[in-house]
Amino acid sequence: MAGFLARRLLNYVVLVAVAASLAYMLAATALDPRSNYADRTPKPPPAVIDAQLTALNLNDRVPLLERYAVWAGGVLHGDLGKNVTGSPVNDDIARRAGVTFRLVLLGMIVGSVGGVLLGALAAVRQYGWFDRVSTGLSFAVLAVPVVVLANMLILFATWVNDRLGTQVFLVSGEYTGGLDTGFWGSVLDRIQHLVLPTVSLSLALVAVFSRYQRNMMLDVLGADFVRTARAKGLSRRAALTRHALRTALVPVMTYFAFTFGALLTGATFTEKIFGWHGLGEQLINSIFTNDVNTVAAIALLAAVAVLCASLASDLLHAALDPRVRAG
Amino acid sequence: MTLPEEEVAEELTPGVPGRGPRRAPSRGRVVVRRFLRSRQGAAGLAVLVVMFLLAFAGPLLSPWSYTDRDFTAFLQPPSASHWFGTLQTGADVYAVTLRGMQKSLIVGLLAALVSTALAALVGAFAGYFPGWADRTLTWLTDLLLVLPAFLILAIMSPVFGEGTWALFVLMLSLFLWMVTSKIVRSMTVSLKRREFIQAARFMGVRPVTIIFRHVLPNLSSLLIVDATLNVSAAILTETSLSYFGFGIQPPDVSFGTLIADGSKTAVYAPWTFWFVAGLLVVTVLAVNLVGDALRDAFDPTSTRPR
Amino acid sequence: MTPATTPETAPAPTSASAPVLDVRDLGVCFGDVPAVRGVSFEVRPGEVLGVVGESGSGKSVTASAIMGLLPSSARVSGSVRLHGRELVGARDKELNALRGRAMSMVFQDPLSALTPVYRVGDQIAEAVRVHQRVTKEQAMVKAVSLLDLVGIPHPAERALAFPHEFSGGMRQRAMIAMAIANDPDLVICDEPTTALDVTIQAQVLEVLKKARDETGAAIIMITHDLGVVAGLADRVLVMYAGRPVEVGTVDDVYYRPRMPYTVGLLRSIPRVDRGAQRRLEPIEGSPPSPAALPPGCPFGPRCPLHVGACDEAEPPLFETGPGHLAACIRWEDEAASQAETAVSETGTAAEEAGTAAEEAGTRPRAPAEAGEAEEAKEAAVPRGEPVLRVEGLVKDYPLLRGAVFKRRVGTVHAVAGVSFAIREGETLGLVGESGCGKTTTLLEILELARPQRGRVVVFGHDTARLGPAERMAIRRDMQVVFQDPLASLDPRMTVHDVVAEPLRTHGLGDTGRRVAELLTLVGLEPEHAERYPQDFSGGQRQRIGIARALALEPRLLVLDEPVSALDVSIQAGVINLLASLKARLGLSYLFVAHDLAVVRHIADRVAVMYLGRIAEIGSVDAVYDAPAHPYTQALLSAIPLPDPARERSRRRILLEGDLPSPAHPPSGCRFRTRCPKFRTVLTEDERVLCVEAEPDVLPVGEPAGDQGAACHYAEKLDVVQPRRNSR
Repeated sequence: MAGFLARRLLNYVVLVAVAASLAYMLAATALDPRSNYADRTPKPPPAVIDAQLTALNLNDRVPLLERYAVWAGGVLHGDLGKNVTGSPVNDDIARRAGVTFRLVLLGMIVGSVGGVLLGALAAVRQYGWFDRVSTGLSFAVLAVPVVVLANMLILFATWVNDRLGTQVFLVSGEYTGGLDTGFWGSVLDRIQHLVLPTVSLSLALVAVFSRYQRNMMLDVLGADFVRTARAKGLSRRAALTRHALRTALVPVMTYFAFTFGALLTGATFTEKIFGWHGLGEQLINSIFTNDVNTVAAIALLAAVAVLCASLASDLLHAALDPRVRAG
Repeated sequence: MTLPEEEVAEELTPGVPGRGPRRAPSRGRVVVRRFLRSRQGAAGLAVLVVMFLLAFAGPLLSPWSYTDRDFTAFLQPPSASHWFGTLQTGADVYAVTLRGMQKSLIVGLLAALVSTALAALVGAFAGYFPGWADRTLTWLTDLLLVLPAFLILAIMSPVFGEGTWALFVLMLSLFLWMVTSKIVRSMTVSLKRREFIQAARFMGVRPVTIIFRHVLPNLSSLLIVDATLNVSAAILTETSLSYFGFGIQPPDVSFGTLIADGSKTAVYAPWTFWFVAGLLVVTVLAVNLVGDALRDAFDPTSTRPR
Repeated sequence: MTPATTPETAPAPTSASAPVLDVRDLGVCFGDVPAVRGVSFEVRPGEVLGVVGESGSGKSVTASAIMGLLPSSARVSGSVRLHGRELVGARDKELNALRGRAMSMVFQDPLSALTPVYRVGDQIAEAVRVHQRVTKEQAMVKAVSLLDLVGIPHPAERALAFPHEFSGGMRQRAMIAMAIANDPDLVICDEPTTALDVTIQAQVLEVLKKARDETGAAIIMITHDLGVVAGLADRVLVMYAGRPVEVGTVDDVYYRPRMPYTVGLLRSIPRVDRGAQRRLEPIEGSPPSPAALPPGCPFGPRCPLHVGACDEAEPPLFETGPGHLAACIRWEDEAASQAETAVSETGTAAEEAGTAAEEAGTRPRAPAEAGEAEEAKEAAVPRGEPVLRVEGLVKDYPLLRGAVFKRRVGTVHAVAGVSFAIREGETLGLVGESGCGKTTTLLEILELARPQRGRVVVFGHDTARLGPAERMAIRRDMQVVFQDPLASLDPRMTVHDVVAEPLRTHGLGDTGRRVAELLTLVGLEPEHAERYPQDFSGGQRQRIGIARALALEPRLLVLDEPVSALDVSIQAGVINLLASLKARLGLSYLFVAHDLAVVRHIADRVAVMYLGRIAEIGSVDAVYDAPAHPYTQALLSAIPLPDPARERSRRRILLEGDLPSPAHPPSGCRFRTRCPKFRTVLTEDERVLCVEAEPDVLPVGEPAGDQGAACHYAEKLDVVQPRRNSR
């Protein structure tokens, strides 16, 4: 067991290393930090630019492999380098990871719980009106790209705010700066900020999870063990919740862990459009500002997140399913 | 529970001996019939056909081309001369939207084709040949899964200049195939244990021949459904990338670039946003409906009532 | 007829007692398709009713309808009364109170019938707690005592295990424990032993008898296996096309069948007590689809007694004797033809019933095949060079555990030194229960690669020294037929492409004519080449598989359970086909099967495997009539005979426990942990040899002949025919 886990972790480390290195090389080749200085007035002398770029380990006149060696050496010591403005990437990422985590966690919980409930209900009454409506709605939601959905939500919020004459939904940022309304006031403020991004994140998740749960549930509804439970004298409801739902939840929970990892950098659009200063927004910004080190750091983080999620989903699977655990 | 009517019907009709050496696969015809019987599938297909007609024949109906600027009408609502209104630049929204739709549809279709083919080949070979071939291919698949696709595509966006959209399609498909490939691999592994594959093996059929003659045809339903759903995935990814300016580059337009521009003016000039957003949603919805109906049509156990 | 009463069965029901269950004119429709039509029967306390029928006859649907467990798309009509209480149309709440308490059910597949994520003990305790007001602890205590009752060793410990940690037999015991948890009055068993090996089946049937004695419940035993009910049931109901076609006491139905379908069914079963001297008689055609029943009698198109009047109306159940009903307008003719041969001894009654009609000349079918079968038997004298020789074959697998964290935890010794040879024109049957390594042996031979240890010599070529060209040449001469006829045919190919594939692979042109020839050879129409495998019935599909295997005119055919996926009435046709092909084409067969009765009918020699080793090998008649290895004896005695009188009087050697894991085989003799001889007959001193030395296959018998057994204390014993041996 331990040996197996070690081998698997080693495989993960190699994967992360290769992925991050690839991302760094690509970013260092394709992005051009030098161009950041082109628009400055007065234009700094080339020697100064060179010196600054070298200090940031971004100088394209230094051979790629040499820059890579410096970057990789830093990463091994836990230093992700400096961003284009000269501040350490570590601090930046840590702050933004917190923002993203808060946003994604709530979105995931709302989305998965809602989706599981919808899907289970739809499966129990397959081809009933509820099933048809929820299926239709989830199809519609899945066809709307996040960028469109987020913009539609903003338009809707603006319309509501205009109608009511007060700011019910706040469409930009995580909280209002310099607010002095005491504890409950700032909680309310945060909730007002949180509603729209959470809806935008969780709506698609509800759709995905409900489809998934519905299919899993349909698979077990016809299963022999549900029939056994009924043959014991359990009521339909008890047989469905105690035996069918519990069994159908196993793959869904596994999927939950996996999605969570993928979303840590996948909330890009929601963050960018709603002005949350999270990792996703940083990713877009760093590309525009030719910030090679930040791009590489996010790629590294994303790779780690995906692998952690896949490991977590396997562990969760083992914890929930005795067939896997004991096996 | 109940046998679908057509299956019963098939059991009842005695095999009419055809004359030719091969008939069209009856299974294929069953699938087509089941597909068309499903209301949502037929509707999705009809909408998709209309969308294609609109995208490729629609521009002929309008006097405006997507490069034209009407300097007498900036940001005007829909009218007789500009059916969908105009943008801030004076461009005709109808012409621009259809042009964007052309691009998005082509990108989506091609990317889906390429990525599904890739998934099928990599998955089938990894599943059929255990050992180093499997390990290498699986490792490559994992690596691409771990790489943040959006980031890589975004970094590479400067390369997608004018006229290199084919490269963009290729890169897009490079990040769409991994999950399917994993499914194909595991299905190949179980298929390989199936007796008809073993029978072919013990008959002396070569492995590569077995993959193309037995494995891939038996995964065709999965692959067709997957290719369909990949179309919508590709369109959505393209839209998102282009929204941030990482995809199709100006002066060419796509759904993504149009939505990005439109969302800025949506509050006071809704026509710049809603037409393109609506068309996008309807297109993706139609593709998904077709994919779902195909899945049901292929699944012999599905009992969807008509 | 006196009711069947034997020392070990409970007192037979008296007709005076009120029925537990009374089913009247039960009908079930799915949409417009009737699955069950007009089923009526009653069951009295302590009585065992056997419901027999082939797949699709509606027997399982009947069971679900009684329990009220049909999907909502089913429409149920008629009446089901439990203790006089109407169940059809009863409220779900009412049924919930009855299910599991007054009536309970045992399902076919015990793995999928238990919830995988809960412990076995908890699932049994749940059944208790649904109906009794007891604490969790009390329920658990009850669960443990139930597990003990059904014979699970260390019940307190095993109650904490999950279903996947149980073996198939143990799971079925747990299911039975669950079913009798609340002392029900009626237990419905839906094919409870179909998924189990024959020695385990014998154990489970014992447990069922014990449960019946313990609870006094009535049992409805649903099965396709006429042998299983023969020894267990008091009365039998035969179903065909959703309808009962014959009802009566077990002796009436087996010895005096009045419905031609029952007669045909009894004649088509291969029996372990009779070899190829009795030709199997398949029932022609296949059961009708419930959606398209033929006019009149649904069995009409397949019936040898068919006359014009049969097509006019579906025959009602005629009373052919006291308590004996049959749905055939010609039942009197059937009775008359049977009466021509006097029935004297009960022991030979079934035989008589089987041959009576034939002698009366009512069944003049397929005489050619009959002759050929005999011919095949005669041509089976061992001669010439072996076409296949296996010497000391060994195959280990890594034992992997964990679906997520796969790791090697040991080695499965699937095949541990197996030797046998097949001569030209000979059929060797390789038999054993699941997990004995027979399929692994077969795959190792088919791979034509260097085995891990030992030697495989095919047509005189050692597989360890084969070049690619030679291997290809051998593949041409050695073909395979698999178990599942649908799984072994590519569903995306037409029959023509399937049969032509070997021809194309080996570069032979002009496939069209050859395919037509082959299809004719196996009894199909050449026009069938245009169709797809799924358009055919099971028996026809297996014929396609055989046609493909014959395409290259092989010398050796390897058959992996070729008939076990088929219904009894269809199985016989395929067995006869194989026998006649062998005679006509001079083939050699390696016939792998778990069904000893089938092997007796087709094989010349038989090798019995246990846990990766050969336990006994020899000519079929020698091994079946006088098995020398305790395992063979137990195996043969566990096979139920479709002969009630003999079943009741038979001495059965029950094996204890399950097959040990092939990863940790016992030291010395692999069978000693379950060996009845080791346990009861041998002295301490004699046992030492069993524990320490692994026995080799040595010749047994006075004139040392072909028969060999891997037992230190081998001794011939007749277990199949008790008349000659005991009593």
